[in-house]
Amino acid sequence: MSLETVLLVASALLAVGVYGALSQQVVVMVMMGLELMIAGVLLALGGFWWFLSPDPSGQVLLLVVLAAMTVEMATGFAIATLLHRRAGHDMTDMATELRE
Amino acid sequence: MGDAGWLVDVAFWACSLIAVATGVLVFVVDSMARATYALATSFIATGGALLLMQQSYLGVVVVLMMVMEMAVMAVYMVMFMGMNPALMPMSMVHSHRAAIGVAVATFVVLGSGAVLVPWPERRGAPAPDVTEALGTAIMESHMLVMMVVGPVMVATIVVGVLLSSARTRYDRMGDDLDQPPTDPPTGRTGVRG
Repeated sequence: MSLETVLLVASALLAVGVYGALSQQVVVMVMMGLELMIAGVLLALGGFWWFLSPDPSGQVLLLVVLAAMTVEMATGFAIATLLHRRAGHDMTDMATELRE
Repeated sequence: MGDAGWLVDVAFWACSLIAVATGVLVFVVDSMARATYALATSFIATGGALLLMQQSYLGVVVVLMMVMEMAVMAVYMVMFMGMNPALMPMSMVHSHRAAIGVAVATFVVLGSGAVLVPWPERRGAPAPDVTEALGTAIMESHMLVMMVVGPVMVATIVVGVLLSSARTRYDRMGDDLDQPPTDPPTGRTGVRG
């Protein structure tokens, strides 16, 4: 295990998440893509912390990223629920109200 | 890493392989239930990789949080999808080729950077108890972070409840709460006097 290998794995996770966020139509699946991207960021930050500068400040940053992931999850589910209540679907392609 | 270095390496590669493979499976399997399990597995493996870098607290929190999130996602599916997701094959994608292209380009760019950048040597050493050091940091020198994260979490709860509520007082009485309610319940409750 080295910083390079950790970053490679993190890049793979982020790339898979990018594919999901760009290609999926169901809101929950888009959220899954975003979460995979955040998982990649978490792993990369963890690698930087461990291999470059293992002091507590880096871990605090990871905690903030984790909190961002929680906020994304909770708000995303709430928006998906709202979408389903208002329009009866959970597809991004049909959620065009903001465009109009 | 000491004598157990090769064990850590093997565990890391196992976690990495599982994390990436199940991450890919999320968008390959033909039901949202299987995708949910795949994502949970991917996150547990990512948490495992973090644990191997001695981030006990964050690694465990990632695993616990994702298990709970997948439970919420299962409830969401039962609530709204109206069918057994495990039995419903589905392919709901758009811009499939373009998305794959962007994802591959992202991996190539980031992966090249990871391999080609001359990373500096490690500065300093981890505290003997990393979790205790983190706790001390967020309660002392980095307390501002916790002071911000706390209200953000509360705001998220409020936003979540407001967005997902079927009907709030703002729906019934207007944005300024000055309209007569369209559906006053029996008695005086909810009627603005």
